[in-house]
Amino acid sequence: MTEKIGVYVCHCGTNIARTVDCKSVAEYASHLPNVAIARDYQYTCSDPGQEMIRKDIRELGLTRVVVASCSPLMHESTFRRTVSSAGVNPFLFQMANIREQCSWITNDRELATERAKAIVTGAVTRVNYNEPLEVKKVPVNPDVLVVGGGITGIEAALQIADSGRKVWLVEKEPTIGGYMARFDKTFPTLDCAACILTPKMVSVGQHQNIELLSYSDVIGFSGYVGNFTAKIRRRPRYVDEEKCNGCGLCEEKCPLKAPSEFDSGLGKRKAIYRPFPQAVPGTPVIDKEHCLYFTKGACRVCEKFCPKGAIDFEQKERVMEIPVGTAIIATGFDLFDAGKIKEYGYGRLPNVITSLEFERLTHASGPTAGKILMKNGKPPETVAIIHCVGSRDHNYNEYCSRVCCMYSLKTAHLVHEKTEAKVYEFYIDMRAFGKGYEEFYKRLLEEDVAFVRGRVAEITDVAQIPSEKGKLVVVAEDTLLGMVRRIPVDMVVLSVGLQPRNDALDVAHTFSISRSRDGFFLEKHPKLAPVSTAADGIFVAGACQGPKDIPDSVAQGGAAAANVLSLIDRKEVELEPSIAIIDEDACSGCKICPSLCPYHAIEFDEKKQVAVLTAAVCKGCGVCVAACPSGAIEQQNFTNRQLLAEVEAVSA
Amino acid sequence: METQSKFSYYPGCSVEGMNKAYDKSARVVCDALKVDLAELNDWNCCGASAYMSIRELRAHLISARNLALAEKERKDLVVVCPACLNTLTKTNHYMAENPQLKKTIGTALKAADLQYFGSVKVRHLLEVIVNDVGENEIKARIKNSLKDLKVAPYYGCQLTRPFGEVDDPEFPTMLDNLLTWIGAKPVNYPLKAKCCGGMLMMTKEDVGLSLTKNLLECAKENGAECIATICPLCHMNLECYQDNVNKHFGTDYHIPVLYFTQLIGLAFGFSRKSLGIDDELTPSKPLLEKHLEVIR
Repeated sequence: MTEKIGVYVCHCGTNIARTVDCKSVAEYASHLPNVAIARDYQYTCSDPGQEMIRKDIRELGLTRVVVASCSPLMHESTFRRTVSSAGVNPFLFQMANIREQCSWITNDRELATERAKAIVTGAVTRVNYNEPLEVKKVPVNPDVLVVGGGITGIEAALQIADSGRKVWLVEKEPTIGGYMARFDKTFPTLDCAACILTPKMVSVGQHQNIELLSYSDVIGFSGYVGNFTAKIRRRPRYVDEEKCNGCGLCEEKCPLKAPSEFDSGLGKRKAIYRPFPQAVPGTPVIDKEHCLYFTKGACRVCEKFCPKGAIDFEQKERVMEIPVGTAIIATGFDLFDAGKIKEYGYGRLPNVITSLEFERLTHASGPTAGKILMKNGKPPETVAIIHCVGSRDHNYNEYCSRVCCMYSLKTAHLVHEKTEAKVYEFYIDMRAFGKGYEEFYKRLLEEDVAFVRGRVAEITDVAQIPSEKGKLVVVAEDTLLGMVRRIPVDMVVLSVGLQPRNDALDVAHTFSISRSRDGFFLEKHPKLAPVSTAADGIFVAGACQGPKDIPDSVAQGGAAAANVLSLIDRKEVELEPSIAIIDEDACSGCKICPSLCPYHAIEFDEKKQVAVLTAAVCKGCGVCVAACPSGAIEQQNFTNRQLLAEVEAVSA
Repeated sequence: METQSKFSYYPGCSVEGMNKAYDKSARVVCDALKVDLAELNDWNCCGASAYMSIRELRAHLISARNLALAEKERKDLVVVCPACLNTLTKTNHYMAENPQLKKTIGTALKAADLQYFGSVKVRHLLEVIVNDVGENEIKARIKNSLKDLKVAPYYGCQLTRPFGEVDDPEFPTMLDNLLTWIGAKPVNYPLKAKCCGGMLMMTKEDVGLSLTKNLLECAKENGAECIATICPLCHMNLECYQDNVNKHFGTDYHIPVLYFTQLIGLAFGFSRKSLGIDDELTPSKPLLEKHLEVIR
């Protein structure tokens, strides 16, 4: 049967028509083999534009369609639906990109028109070889995996669980709560972090639809959208979560003290401990590194005092496999290691502390019961707060960490409120962009904080004049005064930036998601798909995608939950058919493709000695097709025949 | 012990004039450590840091000539002066990153029948002794341990900055380690990589003097009995200008300043004379008598 092809050359307003003579391209196309009709049109994607195509299909009996317009990323799905609704298989439609790849890249009208003709010729020639394909549908498992129990993961888990869906919430630490649980107050409203966070933590702990797996990590993740299997390692707490009633007697009786991670090492905890009183779950955990029984073989005091017999020194690591349909990654961030900037003296000068250490100092349940004190136990008379530590610095992280300006202002406010100290803030630019943020900045200006605009060069304890003796001298160029200033202070708070977690690379590998240049997880589109990833069914939310404050993290947690719920409610998902097909007879069993596949879609069948592809997992990236030395792999809708026909036609 | 890898030794102008003792002690110590220092044939002044800021291209040219000579000998270049280190390294970096500059320099070198492909590494002697020779070889040669001599390890600003390739740019530790190996006690010296004033001593004396005074004061406050240097210019400022500092600020510093090579030489049992000690303006003899078992 001879094909009847319809070609539609779009003006895209003036986007294409400004540099491409669309009429002459259509006229040219009308003479190509098998072309039954060729038209140019103002906006082909508009309703009348689409109707024109449908009418031609009906009246002229078109069997294949080419639209020469924008990138397939924009409107390929639109036109596939158009032709499909008129009875043509959507894969017999071919898009020719004469905008991004033609009209936008030159001002030479003649050249652009010639180029458009070549691109259209390629598409028309290729569409002859297109094959009708069927879209497969698979059911979606309604259970959801949420990785990370910080405020983002908590928000996402609660939203999904409240709608009646089951959530598996995996948290690495013994408790959920993340960084927010360690903060004292939150900017700009100064609400107490615990007061707004702990109710949500309690809800998670009590929710009938949330299965909280704390002290656990995801070590494997396989399958495809709607049908994943998560492999989760549950580390032993040595305390039975079922039996423990959280009375805390074990903690009280434990004879051994160790530095508290929760207090950034400023305070002490026991060897059996809950990171903080409102921890969820409330079951303590035994720290094997310090516990006398594990290190010296004797003690077991906690076991003796436990009224519930919940202590279990024999507990072993367990690995469980959980089937889920979707996953939300909310693994958060690490703080920049201030010790890397040697000239700031962190770790060398005792009263140079990080902003997180300050949070613990000023927190009512912190090591100083909320008093802001120096290492000698006295309150400081002057405090310097240094912005952008590790951020906006090509030696460390180039990006702005977004939260530091605001939390530095909060730090200044708390120092001002709790001590008599004079406060200096050293900033590069003040970035107060959120709702109520600029107002908060103004409030701090009125609180008599001295703002010095300049990046700090060094913090030194070497005095040059008598008044600097025994002080920390902050040296900075004040760029507003145009001079170098040396300001002696008692305490320095380093506002450290946010960076990707140290295990971000492993997590990216486990879930087959990408990272951007800065190391944070990469979203599908920075504006229009901010919580989706290139891997269908896997979403990212919160600071693991880039530095974010609490409001933005919560918003993303909610957004990811909405995305997940929309997928679940569809009940089934369509799988793109442009995937690889392995010809078993031609496969030589060389094992190159399984190792190259970024989505773990290819496995090697040892019995048959051939590569086998799981169609649902394949994303159609084409890597295996190009790599196969035997030419045994073809990609549907991108077959060699189709591609070669297009290339030959374009270059003819 | 096997002979260490061969280097071309680039003494630089300053050790041929004011700082002869540095050159002398470096050669003695390297000889003992079997670090083969054959002086680069027909070397010329590197242009120092000053010329680079006045006639950049010409400064690169005279610097590149030395690199080309070393490449001809197929050796890496060892320097004792951090300013030479910086200038030569800078030309190396610029030529590698700027093809146009490389071409221009290539044309000029050709006129002198030379060429430079960029293979030469420029290294400071301190780094060679610490990294290539190492702790064990040094400790094996100690005959006359410095017995807890309290030394301020002074690196100056040019060894680690701007390139920062050999040690932490702001808080280097290489010299501290070396001093411990020879029995001395490096004191806490937070200004160890701060500027001594350099050439400012000639052009803006009050600034130069105050920077040098900071270094002397910090050494004294931290209990240092002497200062170890790795740079001819730092050495001159700290050593020769102590009197001027005292006059200018009404202070009373008498802190001996010794090259790191002199301290190693003493620990290895060489005589003061062979290391050029006793030429200094603040005599180190009384101090050395206190600490060394044998004083020669």
